Amino acid sequence: MLRLIKDTLTTQVVTLWRVFVHAFAKTDTVEYPDVQPQMAARWRGRIILSRDPDGEERCVACNLCAVACPVDCIALQKAEDDEGRWYPEFFRINFSRCIMCGFCEEACPTNAIQLTPDFEMAEYVRQDMVWEKEDLLINGTGKYHDYNFYRVAGKKIGGKDKGEAINEAPPVNVRSLLP
Amino acid sequence: MAKISVDGVEYEVNPANNLLQECLSQGLDLPYFCWHPCMGSVGACRQCAVKQYRNADDKTGTVVMACMTPASDGSIISINDKQATDFRSHVIESLMISHPHDCPVCEEGGECHLQDMTQMSGHNYRRYDFKKVTHRNQDLGPFINHEMNRCIACYRCVRFYDDYAGGTDLAALGSHHHVYFGRHEEGTLENEFSGNLVEVCPTGVFTDKTFSAHYTRKWDLQTAPSVCAGCGAGCNTTPGERYGTLRRIVNRYHHDLNGYFLCDRGRFGYDANNSTQRVVETLFRHLQGEDGEVRKALTSTEAARQLDAMSSGELIGIGSPRASLESNMALRQRVGTQNFFSGMSDAQLSCATEVIALLQEPGLNCPDIRTLEQSDCVLVVNEDITNTSARMALALRQATRNAATAMAQSARIPLWQDAAVRELAQHSRSPLIILSPQGTRLDDVASDTFLGTVEQQIALVEGITYAIDADCPASTSSFNFDAQAASIAKQLCAATRPCIVSGISAESIELIRATGNLARALREYRHRQSEVKLSVDLCFAMPEANTMGLALLMREGGGSLSSALSILGKGAADAAIVLENDLYRRAATEAIDAALAGNTPMIAIDQLHNGFNAKAHLLLPAASMAEQGGTWVNYEGRAQHSYQVFQPEGKIRASYEWLVPSNPVSGPTVHGDTLLEELAAESANFAPLLELLSSRTGIAALMKSPRQSHRYSGRTAMHANEHVHETKQAQDPHSPLSFSMEGMLLQKDASLMSAAWAPAWNSNQAISKFQEEINGELKQGNKGVHLLARDGAQRPYSKVEYVAEEGIAKYFIDQLFGSEEISAASPAIQARAVPAYACISHELAQSLGVQQHGLLRLSTNRYSVELPVLIRDRIAAQCVGIYCGSDVSRADLTGKLSVAAVAQDSNVLASSRAMFSSLVINDTLPREG
Repeated sequence: MLRLIKDTLTTQVVTLWRVFVHAFAKTDTVEYPDVQPQMAARWRGRIILSRDPDGEERCVACNLCAVACPVDCIALQKAEDDEGRWYPEFFRINFSRCIMCGFCEEACPTNAIQLTPDFEMAEYVRQDMVWEKEDLLINGTGKYHDYNFYRVAGKKIGGKDKGEAINEAPPVNVRSLLP
Repeated sequence: MAKISVDGVEYEVNPANNLLQECLSQGLDLPYFCWHPCMGSVGACRQCAVKQYRNADDKTGTVVMACMTPASDGSIISINDKQATDFRSHVIESLMISHPHDCPVCEEGGECHLQDMTQMSGHNYRRYDFKKVTHRNQDLGPFINHEMNRCIACYRCVRFYDDYAGGTDLAALGSHHHVYFGRHEEGTLENEFSGNLVEVCPTGVFTDKTFSAHYTRKWDLQTAPSVCAGCGAGCNTTPGERYGTLRRIVNRYHHDLNGYFLCDRGRFGYDANNSTQRVVETLFRHLQGEDGEVRKALTSTEAARQLDAMSSGELIGIGSPRASLESNMALRQRVGTQNFFSGMSDAQLSCATEVIALLQEPGLNCPDIRTLEQSDCVLVVNEDITNTSARMALALRQATRNAATAMAQSARIPLWQDAAVRELAQHSRSPLIILSPQGTRLDDVASDTFLGTVEQQIALVEGITYAIDADCPASTSSFNFDAQAASIAKQLCAATRPCIVSGISAESIELIRATGNLARALREYRHRQSEVKLSVDLCFAMPEANTMGLALLMREGGGSLSSALSILGKGAADAAIVLENDLYRRAATEAIDAALAGNTPMIAIDQLHNGFNAKAHLLLPAASMAEQGGTWVNYEGRAQHSYQVFQPEGKIRASYEWLVPSNPVSGPTVHGDTLLEELAAESANFAPLLELLSSRTGIAALMKSPRQSHRYSGRTAMHANEHVHETKQAQDPHSPLSFSMEGMLLQKDASLMSAAWAPAWNSNQAISKFQEEINGELKQGNKGVHLLARDGAQRPYSKVEYVAEEGIAKYFIDQLFGSEEISAASPAIQARAVPAYACISHELAQSLGVQQHGLLRLSTNRYSVELPVLIRDRIAAQCVGIYCGSDVSRADLTGKLSVAAVAQDSNVLASSRAMFSSLVINDTLPREG
């Protein structure tokens, strides 16, 4: 009986002491938004569309991000310029549905779509969470600086003829009989 | 049946086939490229390697190509053997060494046989570090894109285009790794079946140019089983929609009809759906208003009310051979049978009616397209089948290979040994005899051709009839072609499966009667020859998707177009409803104008703006084939249902939905199925339609089939720019399909198969997973129902009373690209179409004093037109061929015709020369047999 009373008193005193000590501890609360958190570069936040090292739109409207998206929040339409380059006529992400899973980035064969550390995307009006290409496209390469899909792919576009891509021989002359 | 063992499992197979085909028939996955179910094996790609063992004791085995090895009884093979799988992965690695790494910007991506096979063979990473071979592309015209870098040299394209479809302008060029598949110079691919290269090519060398212009991945297309609206053949198609517009059409396998291939009109004509000529508004102008008064748009409810207001009192209705049975039925119900008139020209209707009577006679069998391929002697009477019902022409081309088949069988060469069979046969072909006023595109495989006017052809057909059965009524014609007739008769009598093919495009009932008489004579001959009552194949091509359906409907009552026009001219009706019809294409301009002068309130329902509906007081927008469900009757009387692919935006509705009673809030109150049920109940002739409906009960009623693929993307973003809250999926309570991804993915009924897809098989080659066996029937397939019972009375020979034409003899030309009204509004088809022209022979040109590409004036007593002239080598003497296009009305040129040369300047000459340069005709004589 005595032991029970002693234990009870002790734990209560210890608890009170801990609470008292905590009053002098360094605060854990971040004063957001006055203090901005440091996000890791790999953080999966706001999605952007990047440009290749030549400053051209990286997205080739292949639709792989859209099909990888588990909530189907990406919609786009392919268009083609006069010289054969594919680009999205429109590119729309409904961020009110996006779950920031990053599957689109993994699916992208051109490194065009990338997730950034920015997470400040709250809106008062849900309609404002629908972003079009103009809102998504940035003027830089994003996280991946060197990759240029059209330098690797065999399709001819403006400024890159057949046989001028990496590891390509000049176009064959069909009429030649030489080995 | 033979037994083979694959990886220790025994299968019953057909020993006449090769191992690859039989493995695929059993549902096993074995990669392949160069083999095609319709084109046999050549063993070019080496991808289908399997291990074969000599007997049960043989543990070593040898690697063989499954496509080049017969599935003989007792064969023991292994697909999963390590050596075989290694072999296949090395082969695909070498095929891929120059593949250009451009799948993201390739139209084939996502439905690419090469992607599927690479996955299946297990090749993931590129090890080859040397330079890739590259090629320049060619501009192949408005239909096909060329990206030669993607080629893996399987040779399927040239084997289809040259060997199967008879093309001459695509070839394998160059040698070794320079091999190039293209034309000898840039230019339009001329063959009428070039679009099939898109599906035949296992990768993205040949892709659909019109699809690329509004490209969507296969998984993003909303699709439904549909039927082609291009002609009366009834080919099955899969149209695909995205963002509210129709994006493309691909082939949908039908065992009896189109098989694996479509013609280019069917494949590329879909774009009319998105054309600027579409009627999208309900337009109304007051009856008292001026002619020039601009019609104002009404809301759908106002339009329906206006329609009801206008259609009180004595109402007449004019049907349409390009509208569905449902729509024609709805119109007939609304106006009453006695006030329902055929929308076909009178001549066309009487021809179609005569054809129906013929096809119902016992012993005359209307062959489906697959049966056409089995004929060993074909007689084509007058119809330019390549330009009116092209898919049938492709079948006739295959029919000429039956001589090769017979030779191969006697030489014990299996038929799938494609190269060997062709080598053996050389130029031996089964007889194909073509009677025509001008050279046709089938002439290169014809054994005999006869150039003559319709009158001369009738004389020849009567001559053949007489040569087979001397008891037939004597010909009244002044022509005599006895020698040629006797030779043709001999060939027809000698054949085991003779076939007579004609059509109604000449609108000559005498020609049909004469052809019918010939079929009867041949039937009697064959009955005499054999104990078994052998039938004769006889078919007539139909120009429009529902010509046959409307003609069947007209049998139940109703009047001809000319009687409708005379009622309208007298102002005897209170209003007229014209269903999907440009009457200026059906009757003479004068007659239509006279009918319009009656000032009867005119209600037109149509898909495209045209000369006639511009004058209607109320114009209502009609849904296209892809935008509505409907039933269509093809040339053999087969009724098939096409399902709605997507719901059209705005005010567009299926024609019958405008015509049935409507509720202002919930819309039309009668569904198409109800109309069909009523039609089937009313008439025994249409009773089989209930079978089409019964396929939609049972399990189909419990669970729907999805129109969207299981990876349909963008559902929550597609319309988010308009409204971020997703709207409810469109409902479709009456059909077994849903406008969503939900439903039973596995196909319960192949006629409900939206798009062919099976795990690991994303391309259209997945169809093999849905066939009973390769090239066989679809599992649980609904192939449509036949409305023509073959139980009519045997009729005696018809009397052919041919009245010789006054003035110069003439015939009307059909063009695959341009003759059909709806597809002609598709930009790609327009790029291939030519304006109206006339054709004459060199002799006639000389006597008229007109030079090549000059102008010719054609005049009847009430109409005159100047057309550029094409002087052809192969054309009947002393007659003129006229292609009307959309500029000239055919009906205006009937009657006594006279022709005269018109003086022209060099500018006109140059422009018509440019126009004719895009025209593909055959003026060469048949290759020597």
